[in-house]
Amino acid sequence: MPTTAPVLRPPPAGDVLLEFRGAALGYDRRPLLRDVDLVVCAGECVAVTGPNGAGKTTLVRAALGLADVLAGDLRRGTSRWGYVPQRHSVAAAVPATVAEVVAVGRLPLAGPLRRWAPAVRRGDRAAVRTALETVGLADRAEDPVARLSGGQQRRVLLARALATEAPLLLLDEPTAGVDEANQRIVAGVLRRLRGAGVGVVVVTHDVDALAGAWTRRVEVRDGAVQEGAPPGGTRHAGHGDGEGRR
Amino acid sequence: MTDLLQLWDYDFMRRALLAAALVGVAGPLVGAFVVQRGLSLIGDGLGHVALTGVAAGVLTGAAPVWTALAAAVAAAIAVEVVRARGRTGGDVALAVISYGGVAGGVVLLSAAPPGSPANLESYLFGALTTTSPADVRTFGVLALVLLVTVLLLRPWFFAVAGDEEHARAVGLPVRALTTTLAVLTAVTVVLSMRTVGLLLVSALVVIPVAAAQRTCSSFAAVQVAACALGLVASTGGAVASYRLGTPPGGTIVLLALAVFAVAVLGAALRPAGAPGREGRRAS
Repeated sequence: MPTTAPVLRPPPAGDVLLEFRGAALGYDRRPLLRDVDLVVCAGECVAVTGPNGAGKTTLVRAALGLADVLAGDLRRGTSRWGYVPQRHSVAAAVPATVAEVVAVGRLPLAGPLRRWAPAVRRGDRAAVRTALETVGLADRAEDPVARLSGGQQRRVLLARALATEAPLLLLDEPTAGVDEANQRIVAGVLRRLRGAGVGVVVVTHDVDALAGAWTRRVEVRDGAVQEGAPPGGTRHAGHGDGEGRR
Repeated sequence: MTDLLQLWDYDFMRRALLAAALVGVAGPLVGAFVVQRGLSLIGDGLGHVALTGVAAGVLTGAAPVWTALAAAVAAAIAVEVVRARGRTGGDVALAVISYGGVAGGVVLLSAAPPGSPANLESYLFGALTTTSPADVRTFGVLALVLLVTVLLLRPWFFAVAGDEEHARAVGLPVRALTTTLAVLTAVTVVLSMRTVGLLLVSALVVIPVAAAQRTCSSFAAVQVAACALGLVASTGGAVASYRLGTPPGGTIVLLALAVFAVAVLGAALRPAGAPGREGRRAS
């Protein structure tokens, strides 16, 4: 149940990683969301909920620079972020292995010439391995992604985001169309990220599927972003303990 | 075998085989990214525009290879600009430049004075055995530029070809990368011009990749296997066309198609779960 309270919060313990102030967000000079005030800090996991077409994806895309900030301000407290798009499949025309897809997450970290350095290549391999271990797909690294199930492919996309080792992750419906076992794995990863001080924005239609992972909830509805019920269902109860509705 | 070695003694055949080998490797090398992006027919569109460039060369007395390259590169950049603006689909942009390229070439060539060396057929269908030493040098330089660029930027090309939105979201220079890739495709088109001709120019970009993706599990393996298949088809086709007295462009493409047919058959006969049978997913 949303409230009309602004979603702008003073930073708690962590650094501010993402901040919208009075922002109007949309495409082609047409705002879909207005007066967006939202702060995401390190160690927070903000669940973004709302009906289809409300503008949840627009909020995430604006944070990534894929949608326009038509008014107000967007500030990022980091130059690196990971992203899981709203897709159900990684498979493309030409086969690619799980490791090849996840390794793309490393590209923003080093340019074409630095990438030849043995230390960089070792670091990349280690980061890919760690990301795949985190999402439980280490044993599938050399498999073609097309051979994985839909839920596993969503975890591949999550691993690609983790491989960035960025302090901020933006996930657009990582559990949509995914079975319970895969949802539990994703929720577990988000809990670990919180513990590691990573800031996470996760769009979801099912907060229960991510129980114990999110610390705050904002609802996108009628062109506005509003404070939602915190974990446990009590409004304005601080940042919560992240246990949510298990 | 002796016959094959004898072919190497002929200057024109050496040049023909070298040109065929360069195209056989360069086409699939770029083609893997092109197919991954779903732009398999971009080579055709750029080939048609290269015809306008050839005509401009004939009219002005400039080397057709360079005018064709200039026209194809300009068209490649135009397609990317149109695609990036998002108002017109990539396929529509390709269709527009394709028609414009052929129309421009035909009209320009009609304006050529009588006696101009407008051997249109050699550009449309290839004329491998007339490859000159200057052609080989030009193709060698172009192929080297292409190879070095792909080696340096391969992971980035893979990233934008597989998921352009994600690449943009994490801050990769998507516009520069897609434009570079389009320009490399234009270079491949010009390289292929003498070998298979502008009308079949996409064949060595697409068919070896289509064959390799039936049997390989990783993108890297597809790219290596496609280059090997392209090399076999282009040089084998060149030799076969000489022996059989058939047009080299058509012979090379038919050989590539035969390789593709074998790959499709092989993949169909393999058990589920093997590479090339990825369509049958675990649930």
